[in-house]
Amino acid sequence: MEALIAIVIGVLTACGVYLALRGRTFPVVLGLTMMSYAVNLFLFVMGRLAIGTPPIIREGASYADPLPQALVLTAIVISFGMTAFVVILALRARAELGNDHVDGEETTS
Amino acid sequence: MSHLVIAPLLLPLLAGTALILLRGSDTVVRRGLSIAASLALVGVAIALFLQVANGDVMVYRLGDWPAPFGIVLVADRLAAVMLLITAVLAACVVLYAVRGGDHAGRYFHVLFQMLLFGLNGAFLTGDLFNLFVFFEVLLIASYGLLLHGGGRERTRAGLHYVVLNLVGSTLFLFAVGTLYGVLGTLNMADLAQRMSSVPPENLGLVRAAGMLLFVVFALKAALAPLYLWLPGAYGHTSAPVAAMFAIMTKVGAYAILRVHSLMFGPDAGPLAGLFDPWLLPLALLTVVAGTVGVLASRRLAQQAAYLVVISAGTLLTAFGMGGADAFAAGLYYLAHTTFAAAALFLLADVLFKARGTTQDRLVAGPNLPRGELLAGLFLFIALAVSGMPPLSGFIGKWLILQASLGEPGMPWVLGVLLVSSLLVIMALARSGTRLFFKIDEDTVASAPPRLGDLGPMLALAIASLGLVIYAGPLYEFGHAAAVQLVQPGGYLSAVLQPAAGGMPE
Repeated sequence: MEALIAIVIGVLTACGVYLALRGRTFPVVLGLTMMSYAVNLFLFVMGRLAIGTPPIIREGASYADPLPQALVLTAIVISFGMTAFVVILALRARAELGNDHVDGEETTS
Repeated sequence: MSHLVIAPLLLPLLAGTALILLRGSDTVVRRGLSIAASLALVGVAIALFLQVANGDVMVYRLGDWPAPFGIVLVADRLAAVMLLITAVLAACVVLYAVRGGDHAGRYFHVLFQMLLFGLNGAFLTGDLFNLFVFFEVLLIASYGLLLHGGGRERTRAGLHYVVLNLVGSTLFLFAVGTLYGVLGTLNMADLAQRMSSVPPENLGLVRAAGMLLFVVFALKAALAPLYLWLPGAYGHTSAPVAAMFAIMTKVGAYAILRVHSLMFGPDAGPLAGLFDPWLLPLALLTVVAGTVGVLASRRLAQQAAYLVVISAGTLLTAFGMGGADAFAAGLYYLAHTTFAAAALFLLADVLFKARGTTQDRLVAGPNLPRGELLAGLFLFIALAVSGMPPLSGFIGKWLILQASLGEPGMPWVLGVLLVSSLLVIMALARSGTRLFFKIDEDTVASAPPRLGDLGPMLALAIASLGLVIYAGPLYEFGHAAAVQLVQPGGYLSAVLQPAAGGMPE
C-alpha cells in the first residue's frame, strides 16, 4: 500500500512539474493543481496509513493520527482558493496580453 | 497570559473584515478606518515592544492548550522589532495611498489590512504549519495588491509572481509533511528539542526537509538565483504596494533566521548549521546580481527594485555569517533598508507623476516645478540607500563589515559589499543627474507634486534619521535580540513549560 501511494505521489508530482514548466498558462495551471494534489496526498499519508482505527487515543488501542487530516484540510482549502485565483489571473492575462503565453508574447519556434 | 500578543493579529483582521462590510460606504470612511487601524497597530507594536524589551518571551496559547498540542504565538525581541518595523512602514504607506493610489481598486484597504494580518502572524507564530498558513494569507493579499490597478506589464509580472509562489507553497508543504512524518511535531520549539535526537537513518529526510524550507524562504527573501521574479513584480506594481513590499523580502530573511537559529542551531547535533554552507555565498551572489541590475536599470522604480535585491543580499550576508554581532548588525540594517527602500519607491512614484511623458525613465526630462525639494529628497534617500555617512545605511553597513572581521569569509564580504556600494553610488549619482539636472526642452512637466504627497516620505526619512540618532540603544537592543536567538533556551522553556492547569485529560 505504501509503495502504491508513493508511486502515485511521485507520478503526480512529475506530471505537475512537467506541466508547470510549459509555456502556456493552461498547462501551467493544470501542473500547479497536480502538484497541490500530490502534496495533499503526501501530507495525508504522513500520519501513516492505518485502516479501521479511530482518531482518538485510548488505552491499548491503536489509533490513526488525526493531525495530518486537519493539516490536509487546511492545505486543500488554500490550494482550492489559489487555483481559482490563478485561473482568473490567467484569463485576465489572456485578455490583456492578447495571448496565453506565460511571458505574454509568442515565441517563434 | 496577556492578550496583547494576539492584538497585532486581531486588529488588522477585524479592520479588514469591517472594510469588506463597509465597501459601499464613503471613501472617507474606509480611508479613515484603514488609517486608524494602521496607527493603532503602531501603538500595539510599541506596547508589545516595551513588554518584551527586558528579555521576557511572551507566549500566547490559543484556546489555552499547552504546547506542543495547541498552537502558540510567541513574542520575543526579534518578533517585536519586526512587528514594529512593519507597523511604522504600514502607517507611512497607508498615508501615501490615501492621496489617490488606493482609488484604482475597491478593495485596496481590505487587502492591505489582510497583508498586515499575514505579516504579523508570520512574525509571531511559533508553529511551522501556521507559518505556512500566514505565508499564504500574506501572499493572497499580496497577489491582489500587486495587480492593483491592472495593466499589461503588471499582469505579466503578477502571473510570474503568483505561479512561482504557488510552487514555493507546494515545496513548503512537502517540507512540513516530511518533518511531521519524521519528528511527529510541528511546534518550532518542540522541533528544536527533537533535532538532536533524530535517529541516523532519518537524518537524510530531515536534511532534505530543512533544505526544502531553505529554498522556500530563499524564494521569499529573493536570494540568488531565486530573485528573478522581484524586479518585474516590484518595478511594475503601484507605488504604495511596492513600498509595502519592502518588508516582504524581510519575511523570508526572518524565517531563515528563526528556523535556522531554532532548528538548525549549534544544539542540533549532526544537523547543526544546515544552511551555513549555502547562505553566505548565495547572499554575496545576490548582492552582485543586484548591483548589475542597478547599473543597467532604465527606470527609477526598476532601480529601486534592484536595490531591494541588494539589500536582501546584504541582509542575508549578515545573517549568513552567524553569531550575535552579525545578527545584531543585520537587524539594524533590516530596519534601515526597509524604510529607505520604501521611501525610494514613493519618490519614484512622485517623479513618475510629475515628469509628464518621460515618467520615471532615467533620461533627460522637463524642468520640474519644486525640483529643488524633490532633488533634495532624492539626495537624502540615495545617501541612505547607498550607505554613505552620516545616514543610517552607513551605520548598518559599517556594523555588518565590522561583524565580518575575523570571519573566514571576511575578504569576500568586504570586497563584495564595498565594491557594490561604490557602484550603487555611481548608479544613483547618474540617475540623480539625469532626473534633475539634464533638461530636455521638448518635454513638459505635469502638475507639480502636492506637498502632502511628500509627507509619508518625510516620515520615512525621519525614521531613518532616528535610526542614526538612537543608533547606540537600537544596536544594543538588536544585540539583545540576537543573543536571545543564539541562546534559544529561554524561548524553548517559555513555549514548552506546562500550562498552569496541567495537561488536558
